[in-house]
Amino acid sequence: MDADSLLLSLELASGSGQGLSPDRRASLLTSLLLVKRDYRYSRVLFWGRILGLVADYYIAQGLSEDHLAPRKTLYSLNCMEWSLLPPATEEMMTQTSVVKGRFMGDPSHEYEYTEVQKTNDGDKVFEEEVVIRIKEETRLVSIIDQIDKAVAIIPRGALFKSPFGPTHVNRTFEGLTLSEAKKLSSYFHFREPVDLKNKTLLEKADLDPSLDFMDSLEHDIPKGSWSIQMERGNALVVLRSLLWPGLTFFHAPGTKNCGYIYVGTGEKNMDLPFML
Amino acid sequence: MESAFYFEQAGVGLGTDEIYRICLALKQLTDTHPIQRCRFWGKILGLEMNYIVAEVEFHEGEDEEEVEEEDVTEERDNGESEGEEDEDESPRSLYKAPQPIPKEESRTGANRYVYFVCNEPGRPWVKLPSVTPAQIVIARKIKKFFTGRLDSPIISYPPFPGNESNYLRAQIARISAGTHVSPLGFYQFGEEEREEEEEVESGRDNFEENPDFEGIQVVDLVESLSNWVHHVQHILPQGRCNWFNPIQKSEEEEDDDEKKEEEGEEPDYIEQEVGPPLLTPISEDLEIQNIPPWTTRLSSNLIPQYAVAVLRSNLWPGAYTFCNGKKFENLYIGWGHKYSPDSYAPPVPPPACQEYPNGPEITEADDPSVEEEQAFRTAQEAAALPAEENEETEEDEDDYD
Repeated sequence: MDADSLLLSLELASGSGQGLSPDRRASLLTSLLLVKRDYRYSRVLFWGRILGLVADYYIAQGLSEDHLAPRKTLYSLNCMEWSLLPPATEEMMTQTSVVKGRFMGDPSHEYEYTEVQKTNDGDKVFEEEVVIRIKEETRLVSIIDQIDKAVAIIPRGALFKSPFGPTHVNRTFEGLTLSEAKKLSSYFHFREPVDLKNKTLLEKADLDPSLDFMDSLEHDIPKGSWSIQMERGNALVVLRSLLWPGLTFFHAPGTKNCGYIYVGTGEKNMDLPFML
Repeated sequence: MESAFYFEQAGVGLGTDEIYRICLALKQLTDTHPIQRCRFWGKILGLEMNYIVAEVEFHEGEDEEEVEEEDVTEERDNGESEGEEDEDESPRSLYKAPQPIPKEESRTGANRYVYFVCNEPGRPWVKLPSVTPAQIVIARKIKKFFTGRLDSPIISYPPFPGNESNYLRAQIARISAGTHVSPLGFYQFGEEEREEEEEVESGRDNFEENPDFEGIQVVDLVESLSNWVHHVQHILPQGRCNWFNPIQKSEEEEDDDEKKEEEGEEPDYIEQEVGPPLLTPISEDLEIQNIPPWTTRLSSNLIPQYAVAVLRSNLWPGAYTFCNGKKFENLYIGWGHKYSPDSYAPPVPPPACQEYPNGPEITEADDPSVEEEQAFRTAQEAAALPAEENEETEEDEDDYD
């Protein structure tokens, strides 16, 4: 959610039950403004909160003018001092995919994972147990990246792509209409498109290249992994992800207010097919 | 409303206007029903709609509506058994279902409180039916999202006996039993004279507020988990809070000799299931694979003298408790599922039942080969020499078919 409209956004997203205490809110308001000034971002988003056992991580993201460019992620333990996280790489993702369980809350904590590796020593094959240490910071980076790629969403029309390439905020976006807001196809994944090329030519002909350049939520697998609800009597549409429980996207139809926040343990819900 | 303020300090809770609407809805509930005590239990998120849950305690003798429902189900069972006895030709199955464990009486154990739900504050409140032990046992084995409609069926394996309202009630019972805690000393056991035998079997289940409770320092509450105790009875694996011995009742049915033979397979003595007694400190809770079951926080590090102690359950994500030294409150906002670090695996269906008991008349044996038949025949011929030659040739031709 946008740091500029933090209070309003928190109020709108509060239906999921997780919010922020007043002192965190106060510290966030000031510290995010400082972050924006220091790092010279065009927009700072408060991404959410990952609950650890000992402490919680507060995550913020900074965007440059081109919204689809890779975002910079910052984390903080007390909402006042922010540290930059390294960008996610493929290596990190494979490494941290073996770590399961809750986050500790201590960024220097190391997860130990023993792997049996076969090493060739001449003709013989030895099996060694190698202990791999994975830092919690790395895990944090890859989880945030996974969540962003999987479930960060934005309504159709909020961004537009200029012919030169960069995507900008659409200043003429007045919000989705009520009927559009109830459909999954009006929301896009906030990331580089993956499925667009697989569409048939007929479907592509209906798309508007300046607005429809991202994947829509309609074809998400497993089907039904989003729950759409209207709250406050049709004045607010809330989408909750069932694959990453804790991600809430809210939008007030007819206005420009929209945003998403993740408050959760940072674990994927692998049991989703059993639960539907 | 006061608790809402404290929860907001802790960083949990719905927005202020939603809380206000819930307060008004609770007031409407108390106006329409004869309720002694009512509190906001929490919110359970669903796919299409959410549930706002209120925990209610009626005045004495107000919930007699449930007796009628039981009579209806009993009549239906009698009708079915009569139909089976007419078909004497088809083999009677020897399978005898284990006797269903009766549910606990109202106002005791898992059915201590009555729960009302509504989808949104302002909609009419619906009363949830009491929970039966069978429902709790099966609810422990399945994991399903709530859709938001109380009458939708739960399609699962093992098949859940009931629809979504029963599943919701079972999950509410499990969450209450697992996560409702209070500061040590807030509740104390009532002073009643009980015989010692009864105490050992059923455990104490009556408690009342301690008027001399002086409050515990918030810092102490955060540092040590032994300052908090469960004040809801633990649900045994059987599905009830108070142990029910199914052997006792079956002894009354020993009039039929047939039944006695069939029961010979059941163990004569089932061990009594014992759970942690009431008011055990939560430091005794089991860990989940090296994760402590509760996380404690102070709501604010900057102003510790006004901070509130917040307790977060790691076993039931979404369960929160706060205490500011004197006042405390439990709340649940979440999807209604337990946390398990391992993935959920549905239970395996039992092996297929044998239709007929194994016996020599139906056991398959290999058909004898031609040589064996010849040998058998020559042996027969040797024993029956005066047999006619015509019959032998006919039998030989039959062999070639």
